[in-house]
Amino acid sequence: MDFLRPATWDEALAAKAEHPSAVPLAGGTDVMVEINFDHRRPAYLLDLGRIRDLEEWETGERTVRLGASVPYTRIMENLRAELPGLALAAHTVASPQIRNRGGVGGNLGTASPAGDAHPALLASGAEVEAESVRGRRMIPIDDFYRGVKRNALEPDELIRAVHIPKATGPQQFSKVGTRNAMVIAVCAFGLALHPDTRTVRTGIGSAAPTPVRATAAEEFLTAALDEAGLWESGGPLPPSLAREFGQLAAGACNPIDDVRGSAAYRRHAVGVMARRTLGWTWESYRGQERSAQCA
Amino acid sequence: MRVNITVNGRPQQADDVWEGESLLYVLRERLGLPGSKNACEQGECGSCTVRLDGVPVCSCLVAAGQAEGREVVTVEGLADFAEERAGRGCAAGAPGACGTDPDTARRWQARPAPGSDAQLAPVQQAFIDAGAVQCGFCTPGLLVAADELLERTAEPSDADIREALSGNLCRCTGYEKILDAVRLAAARAAAPTAEQGA
Amino acid sequence: MAGVTRTPTGLTQGSTAPAGIGASTLRPDGTLKVTGEFAYASDMWHEDMLWGHTLRSTVAHAEIVTLDTSEALATPGVYAVLTYDDLPTEVKHYGLEVQDTPVLADGRVRHHGEPVALVAADHPETARRAAAKIKVEYAELPVVTDEASATAEGAPLVHDRRTDHHAAHVPHPNIVHRQPIVRGDADAAAGRADVVVTGDYVFGMQDQAFLGPESGLAVPAEDGGVDLYVATQWLHADLRQIAPVLGLPEEKVRMTLSGVGGAFGGREDLSMQIHGCLLALRTGKPVKIVYNRFESFFGHVHRHPARLHYEHGATKDGRLTHVRCRIVLDGGAYASSSPAVVGNAASLAVGPYVVDDVAIEALALYSNNPPCGAMRGFGAVQACFAYEAQMDKVAAELGMDPVEFRRINAMEQGTVMPTGQPVDSPAPVAELLRRVKAMPLPPEQQWVTTEGADIRALPGGLSNTTHGEDVVRGVGYAVGIKNVGFSEGFDDYSTARVRLEAVGGEPVVTVHTAMAEVGQGGVTVHAQIARTELGVQQVTIHPADTQVGSAGSTSASRQTYMTGGAVKNTCEAVREKVLQRGRERFGAYHPAWATAELLLEGGKVVTDGGEVLADLADVLGEEAVDLELEFRHRPTEPFDLRTGQGRGHVQYSFAAHRAVVEVDTALGLVKVVELACAQDVGKALNPLSVVGQIQGGTTQGLGVAVMEEILVDPATAKVRNPSFTDYLIPTILDTPTIPVDVLELADEAAPYGLRGIGEAPTLSSTPAVLAAIRDATGLELNRTPVRPEHLTGN
Repeated sequence: MDFLRPATWDEALAAKAEHPSAVPLAGGTDVMVEINFDHRRPAYLLDLGRIRDLEEWETGERTVRLGASVPYTRIMENLRAELPGLALAAHTVASPQIRNRGGVGGNLGTASPAGDAHPALLASGAEVEAESVRGRRMIPIDDFYRGVKRNALEPDELIRAVHIPKATGPQQFSKVGTRNAMVIAVCAFGLALHPDTRTVRTGIGSAAPTPVRATAAEEFLTAALDEAGLWESGGPLPPSLAREFGQLAAGACNPIDDVRGSAAYRRHAVGVMARRTLGWTWESYRGQERSAQCA
Repeated sequence: MRVNITVNGRPQQADDVWEGESLLYVLRERLGLPGSKNACEQGECGSCTVRLDGVPVCSCLVAAGQAEGREVVTVEGLADFAEERAGRGCAAGAPGACGTDPDTARRWQARPAPGSDAQLAPVQQAFIDAGAVQCGFCTPGLLVAADELLERTAEPSDADIREALSGNLCRCTGYEKILDAVRLAAARAAAPTAEQGA
Repeated sequence: MAGVTRTPTGLTQGSTAPAGIGASTLRPDGTLKVTGEFAYASDMWHEDMLWGHTLRSTVAHAEIVTLDTSEALATPGVYAVLTYDDLPTEVKHYGLEVQDTPVLADGRVRHHGEPVALVAADHPETARRAAAKIKVEYAELPVVTDEASATAEGAPLVHDRRTDHHAAHVPHPNIVHRQPIVRGDADAAAGRADVVVTGDYVFGMQDQAFLGPESGLAVPAEDGGVDLYVATQWLHADLRQIAPVLGLPEEKVRMTLSGVGGAFGGREDLSMQIHGCLLALRTGKPVKIVYNRFESFFGHVHRHPARLHYEHGATKDGRLTHVRCRIVLDGGAYASSSPAVVGNAASLAVGPYVVDDVAIEALALYSNNPPCGAMRGFGAVQACFAYEAQMDKVAAELGMDPVEFRRINAMEQGTVMPTGQPVDSPAPVAELLRRVKAMPLPPEQQWVTTEGADIRALPGGLSNTTHGEDVVRGVGYAVGIKNVGFSEGFDDYSTARVRLEAVGGEPVVTVHTAMAEVGQGGVTVHAQIARTELGVQQVTIHPADTQVGSAGSTSASRQTYMTGGAVKNTCEAVREKVLQRGRERFGAYHPAWATAELLLEGGKVVTDGGEVLADLADVLGEEAVDLELEFRHRPTEPFDLRTGQGRGHVQYSFAAHRAVVEVDTALGLVKVVELACAQDVGKALNPLSVVGQIQGGTTQGLGVAVMEEILVDPATAKVRNPSFTDYLIPTILDTPTIPVDVLELADEAAPYGLRGIGEAPTLSSTPAVLAAIRDATGLELNRTPVRPEHLTGN
């Protein structure tokens, strides 16, 4: 095993080009477990820890460009206003120690369906900034997940950052685990209201081979909110609408039975979380609308 | 490969490190600092928690090479670290030889606690006094995490303590006495003299 | 509680002053443990040491067709590779009760993760890579995984040609041991019942999940022997099993206890001990073996999973008429302590209740599942889960309050157990229930804050699943009975060596035992006992090793009773000897030496009237008093193999719990809000430690109620979740406040009247949580742990 320690991003890209099998190492919270337990012996470890700008973020007018290695703790503490869904998801990641090391780049690189960041990234409509010596490209999050633990990266590419639209409305994230902390998702659900475009987006974790959006649920809700003029009126959500949304979200799942939970439970739980997160976000939206009108 | 790390204030060098070795392994097996514990080696128990450039992390999930040139504080250096923080002077940790040799282990004798010669961080003393130590395997990691919590939050609520320590498993105590210990350390810091009357 | 200092902050603290029994003296090893200096087994290090590694089977049941180690042995840095064929003597098996466990696979593997080969190399990674080069070809055999498959016609036998002492009386060779208990006439009594309630219950496989993984260091010695530093629960039982395999006399296998990172039963069987010694003796170099967490799940036995069928009858006025039950424990591939677990499950199957007419059957299977053996509660845990569920069901059927129903049937001192043995010390079952019920309930909706819901106080916790929606509270009660000490005629004893001498004009005591300190605080109370008995401040606890007689196991809640009793006993003999010496030397100068009751207090010989006769140091002079004595509890007898009758137990321990839970009924997530416990401890030698034991035991019971289970694939008998990622134990956010009410009713037969305390709280905690979840949801819930899908019906 070789340990590659690029000092700069360009060096990292060069190393990855030279050794496409090199496994990028940032927080280490996935890779080191596999090494400690003898599940993986990559020929090269590519340590990205010296590239400090991977741990930085820039807040632009419409998006936040989040460095791939910004630890979840910083997201929770500093980006709650801009990226509320991701900040909530970050808070559910593993333990404080893991949140101090792990970042979104690792979640995307591993592309496990159970990664906590995915539902929030899907719901916000993020784009992944991937780069190789051949150049840079933006991969829409909807095209990023390609299979169980497979993603759209080419072998010579590294994730440099994620561009996440700043929230224009309330966002929520909810995750079921069989423990009250430090738990891998049995399933998870992310929801973002986008009042600017009068749309909603969703993300489902751990309930399909890849993280997925509940497209039918989104379309239903977008249309229903529009039809009833609820964006404008800020009126209460009819319970039947929330129920239907939950059922459609459950229908978007394609889960399996495993040690963490049954397929049927995952489907059911996603439905419950979809209904609840819709309730929370909509109440929050109504609150904002009311205070905006008062002001 | 060779790895240079500053551990408990003292520059350390380890040679012939296998590239897949964790910081935990290097601390325990190469630098003579077995205080950080090897309970799960998968980031699910917190017993290997150290400060890496000030940040609490699971040292089992930091590749040794990633710690190159960085500052690490382990439980062995916690008392000095706390003392330095308290502004009462500065002392470097003094790691000895590797691990514990059998002669030392054989000579170990339980004596009345706590030795007045041992200089402990307030959180260490509180763990002893509150009965928060049983088998003690989780203790080093908990101490590093709890000390960092109290550094950030002088008067944590119970929920704050629980959240901050939710990455540290303990199998012996049922956590009640650990909560007591952190409350005690916080209370003593808030009223350093009130305690004397106990 | 006496001895606990209340500070101005209102927080409980121990006492820093060295004190005798009854005080909350602090741990003597506390400072070492908080500074990271305490030497656990995995911290051992030796110049020039090698790393041992174990190759384990990847299948559960197979013949080993080929086993080729040549390539591994040729790997640079590898010093030895050992298989079954390399074992040096004819003794190739070991076991606690039945010697059925091969040191390395004997041409056949019987469970997933069985040790097949050993490697010693200069670095753990070298050893792992070499182990990966060992070629093993398995011819898989069908697996037996439950009672039906194990006892089916033509079922493969896990152990053919059994010669153990249970083989003759079991109905099938795949049954390790079977214990019926018949008392009264259950059939006739059933005719008097106004209600009869039956239930079938399932108890999942729990892991001890001690945090310090199996580890040790074996150092070859010049005399051809070996020094072994290891974390274990019973040095001498290890020794008895290790030495014959090595072909060494016991005195050449010198064992020292290294720091033990928890045990809970999981270190009662051997793990790396023989393997490490074999590699050390083969290579002539010190060998260290440290399991990682994955391997640890295969490196020790687990709590027996169980299937239990119960029938309870009661009259309209709430009196139990009879109990019939059948308890099937899965012992897995090797016997371990299964026979004793069966004895416990059978004899404690009815719980702490008065029932004159019972028909009980308990048995343990041999299967291809992971071997199961000792874990805190030892057979009583599984039974308690089922009988307490039954008690609630009967109460509901009768329309009675479940606590009142238990009170009516609660056992007392004098009650006769199903084994015919009368309970001859206090059995405050009704009082314990009364006490937990009387504790104030935690406030409702504690998650409500001015800034909205605090998710940390809600089911789902940090995962943000509910802000209070669908959250329902439930309250449940349970009580249990656990035996203390080794039962069924076992010659259970402990040894203590106590040395009293004058050093620099001060009397000093050294206490030397082989007791395994696994975290429970034995070292603390031993020093307290010596202070109380000998009136000396300065007490040193010698490291535990095999240079002193056996202390027995740190299990069965027995060590404070047994090794504490041994220390007390030896101290008393030392005191007598010192007083005799005093009489001889100073008797002529003061008549009280001959006439008064003499005590040792504050380093002096005093009369019971308080008159000081001499300084202890002067009485001792230059000559130490040094005695090593054995201590036994009163004898027990085996249970009759047909009727189960017999005075099989030494002492009983009782605890009751009240659980308050909040359940998110839509998602099936549970938050235990409070788990109050009342326990009779006889006498709290160290109140702070007593509370710590009760809270820790309570939490392990909580774990198996809502999350902990080793999952084994029934088709392949392979373990599916051997990691802390998927075998979950409670975090601090899962563990509620645990108020503890300690009762001290002396057992006259025990040292200081104490009761073993470690296990009882693990029994009642689980059924109390289950009862509370049933109360919240109205569901029947006949299995533990409860998973979310059991609550949502998915």
